Amino acid sequence: MARVLVGIKRVIDYAVKIRVKSDKSGVVVDGVKHSMNPFDEIAIEEAVRMKEKKLAKEVIAVSCGPTASQETIRTALAMGADKGIHVEISGNEAEFLQPIHVSKILAKLAQDEKVDLIIVGKQAIDDDCNQTAQMTGGVLGWPTATFCSKIEHGQNELTVTREIDGGLEVVKVKTPAVLSADLRLNEPRYATLPNIMKAKKKPVKKISPKDLGIDITPRIQIISVEDPPVRQAGSILPDVDTLISKLKEGGHL
Amino acid sequence: MSQKSKTINLYKTLLYMGKDYPKGYDYFRVRLKKVFEKNRYETDTEKIEKMIAHGNFVIKELEALYMLKKYRTLKKRYYE
Repeated sequence: MARVLVGIKRVIDYAVKIRVKSDKSGVVVDGVKHSMNPFDEIAIEEAVRMKEKKLAKEVIAVSCGPTASQETIRTALAMGADKGIHVEISGNEAEFLQPIHVSKILAKLAQDEKVDLIIVGKQAIDDDCNQTAQMTGGVLGWPTATFCSKIEHGQNELTVTREIDGGLEVVKVKTPAVLSADLRLNEPRYATLPNIMKAKKKPVKKISPKDLGIDITPRIQIISVEDPPVRQAGSILPDVDTLISKLKEGGHL
Repeated sequence: MSQKSKTINLYKTLLYMGKDYPKGYDYFRVRLKKVFEKNRYETDTEKIEKMIAHGNFVIKELEALYMLKKYRTLKKRYYE
């Protein structure tokens, strides 16, 4: 039976209106509600369902980030994961943490924990990178199936339906493999209060990237973070002639 | 579990769920409290049992509401 590793990220809650800091160095995160990345919830749900169908033996939830990421791990444990691993990265460093670093961490943990399957959300709703699954697959040299909307289990292989532009694609992958969950894979369950309480008894291991021998020096530099341009107001024109002259004026005709 | 602790549990669970309420926690909490206070002198066990069952139904409804809201927001953001 398989051991499943699930990558989860703590992001600003999907319902929060994002505000840019006045010095354009980033977005306001202090005092803002955070929760688990919705795509990662789908990934956890899929792993937990595998466990319930006796297809998986153990579900391990991993999160890289500041101390507060532990809450996200708790939510994953409340949803049904067996144990958590918290890779502690200070708030400052976490801002520059890129999929390349996360994928190396996940790959190392996958080898240490001897897992057969890694499931992650297809992208995080904060930076929208959509790279972690692909890169993890690359680092490990494992088959990778991204944007899964259906996963069927066979003998040492998986039949995965992927969401691609304009349709669906069915691929077969041999395990061990890396999967990334798309929106329609399943409907994640709610982490109920009693389960959150019970999750406090489940083990969470805390480690640093240094323990794993992974270098997390920033590879990017943030130059400026800005709001998207505000849409300009339209106007109602009286007739077609005015429209044509307006279009000519704007150089569209 | 006694009816009293069942009721207290229900209230706690609803309060916890109110934290995700779209109109805000305060909006939810005030209304939740009002509903519970309205029935505070109810003594008929059968009626209380029915109310608890209704409370548990509301919990399920809230879960469904949150799930749908999240799904719809994501669908709008990434798939349209």
